Amino acid sequence: MSVKRAARIAYLLLIYGFLYLPILVLVVYSFNDSKYSLEWRGLTWDWYQALLDDPDLWQVALNSALIATLSATVATVIGTMAAVALYRYRFFGKTLLNGLVFVLMLTPDIVMGIALLILFTSLSLPLGFWTLLLAHITFSIPFVVVSVLSRISGFDRYLIEAAKDLGASEFQTFRRVLLPMLAPAVLAGWLLSFTLSMDDVMVSFFVTGPSFEILPLKIYSMVRLGVTPEINALCTLMLGVTLSMVLVAQALLRDRGT
Amino acid sequence: MKSDAVIELRNVSKAYERHTVLRNINLQVRAGEFLTLLGPSGCGKTTILRLLAGFEQADSGEILIAGRDMRALPPEQRHINTVFQSYALFPHLTVFENVAFGPRLQGVRGADLQERVLEALRMVKLEDYSARRPGQLSGGQQQRVAIARAVVNRPLVLLLDEPLSALDYKLRKAMQIELKQLQRRLGITFIFVTHDQEEALSMSDRVAVMNAGRIEQLGTPRQIYETPENLFVARFVGEINTLFGRVVAVDPPYYDICVHERIVRLKSKFIFASGDRVNILIRPEDLRIWREHEGSDEERATLFPAAVEDVVYKGSTVDLIIRLDNGDRLSTTQFFNEDDQAIVNLDFQPGERVFVDWVHDWEVILPHED
Ligand SMILES: Nc1ncnc2c1ncn2[C@@H]1O[C@H](COP(=O)(O)OP(=O)(O)O)[C@@H](O)[C@H]1O
Ligand SMILES: [Mg+2]
Repeated sequence: MSVKRAARIAYLLLIYGFLYLPILVLVVYSFNDSKYSLEWRGLTWDWYQALLDDPDLWQVALNSALIATLSATVATVIGTMAAVALYRYRFFGKTLLNGLVFVLMLTPDIVMGIALLILFTSLSLPLGFWTLLLAHITFSIPFVVVSVLSRISGFDRYLIEAAKDLGASEFQTFRRVLLPMLAPAVLAGWLLSFTLSMDDVMVSFFVTGPSFEILPLKIYSMVRLGVTPEINALCTLMLGVTLSMVLVAQALLRDRGT
Repeated sequence: MKSDAVIELRNVSKAYERHTVLRNINLQVRAGEFLTLLGPSGCGKTTILRLLAGFEQADSGEILIAGRDMRALPPEQRHINTVFQSYALFPHLTVFENVAFGPRLQGVRGADLQERVLEALRMVKLEDYSARRPGQLSGGQQQRVAIARAVVNRPLVLLLDEPLSALDYKLRKAMQIELKQLQRRLGITFIFVTHDQEEALSMSDRVAVMNAGRIEQLGTPRQIYETPENLFVARFVGEINTLFGRVVAVDPPYYDICVHERIVRLKSKFIFASGDRVNILIRPEDLRIWREHEGSDEERATLFPAAVEDVVYKGSTVDLIIRLDNGDRLSTTQFFNEDDQAIVNLDFQPGERVFVDWVHDWEVILPHED
């Protein structure tokens, strides 16, 4: 009995270790007081201090935050409206559109990156801020649609009619019934989009130019010269931001609005 | 043409794609009445309500509400409110806000709003629950919120689509009484939909019995039950026995009808000719059972010999399944009757020989169908 139990615990530890140990090591080394060796030399905030003192890095981080905020916001507006339309109206090509949402989510990043690159160059758009923004909006929309659609599908389908029955116009119905009920899913969609944008390397790699640098790509180029403790610190910060956003999004999606 | 009808449907037809759901519906609903649409599932009851509320458009015919043609008017501008079968309460709003939804849109604010909403909640005995969310209420309470949310708008007509079908038996009975009282108190016209004939008969001023997109009969519960106009209505509004007969002599309104080799003289408002085939319909409670030792030989000659097939004790009644000697099966309901010593003891045994007849004039004679 207890042998079995011990085996089970060992097994779990192994799995969790495999999954999370690398991340843990990264976080731990971001506090290691040693520039080059992997030997533990005690705790330090130096690397975080170094990040704060690096104006270039700040600029790049701000760029990323700007793209993430803008793309998440636009994707949320478009995605929410698309989900409401998919739920409420019957129109030509509805089933197709519904399927395309999932295709878009499952498309490998490299395919999407190259496809967008071809699109932008054929339109002779200069690669940079705008192309990056468009690309991020594109890959974020399906996640918002799915998030909102899954919530709206759980609604009593007569709620909208009930609102109209009580005298609400189309706009009042959206404003007073649909939107407040969808709010958690809309917010969750925004947070997911934001983190997707903050983390993206693959698509961004293809569609941005030298004029506009973002954090994931910056890290990528820094890593080529060797992993430094500053990079560990930077990654730890990004991990913290991403993780907290995903947790909030999850909590919002779980609340089914009793 | 003026009438006291708040709602009038004239030759209304409706089809979904190519499937006809309503055929030439004509219906007038009087101000302040409790009208029930009764019919089996899929016969078009909900569709009528949806046409009235404005969620669907009729393919042809006219719908008048308070004398006005409703064709171009969207649901939000009609003076009608609906209690949905699923209640459709707004889950993100409190009970108070749910009820306040309609008045707010009408521009009612402040103390007026407070008073109107609380009055509606008081009416359904939920004033203590105004801060709760629908998810924290029982089915019966949600049902009452849905009613309060509708009546607070003081609609001309209230539409109720099977509002009690989700409730358990006891609560349903209680709500039937409450709804009826509420309707009397408010004086609002109710159009109530149900597939439960007992519910329809006990609550309504008038009942429209529907079948396959048509209104088969419109009348008071008593007319519907006692003088059904066709076999469908007769069978739908309660259990009924059908005896086949043939008219042998005509003396309007009296007809001699041959039933199982016996001639009975019966009265009918229909006109029959000699030789016509007819159905004689008799409710279970109108059949009389004679035991072997009862009645004289003379009386016996007019009775139908039969055997008891099954005995179902129901508390206040005993239901007997009887098989006539020619093979027809009849069901009867016998009441325990304190005054009648012969019947007081309804200890029938399966297999027992009996004789059957019915209280003449309580039967309904209809032309034979199909
Ligand atoms: N939106 C719709 N599209 C197609 N058919 C429908 C639609 N709504 C109802 N029907 C059909 O119309 C018929 C009548 O429906 P309904 O009025 O809901 O019946 P009831 O309320 O009496 O059960 C049914 O056969 C149903 O399948
Ligand atoms: Mg229905």
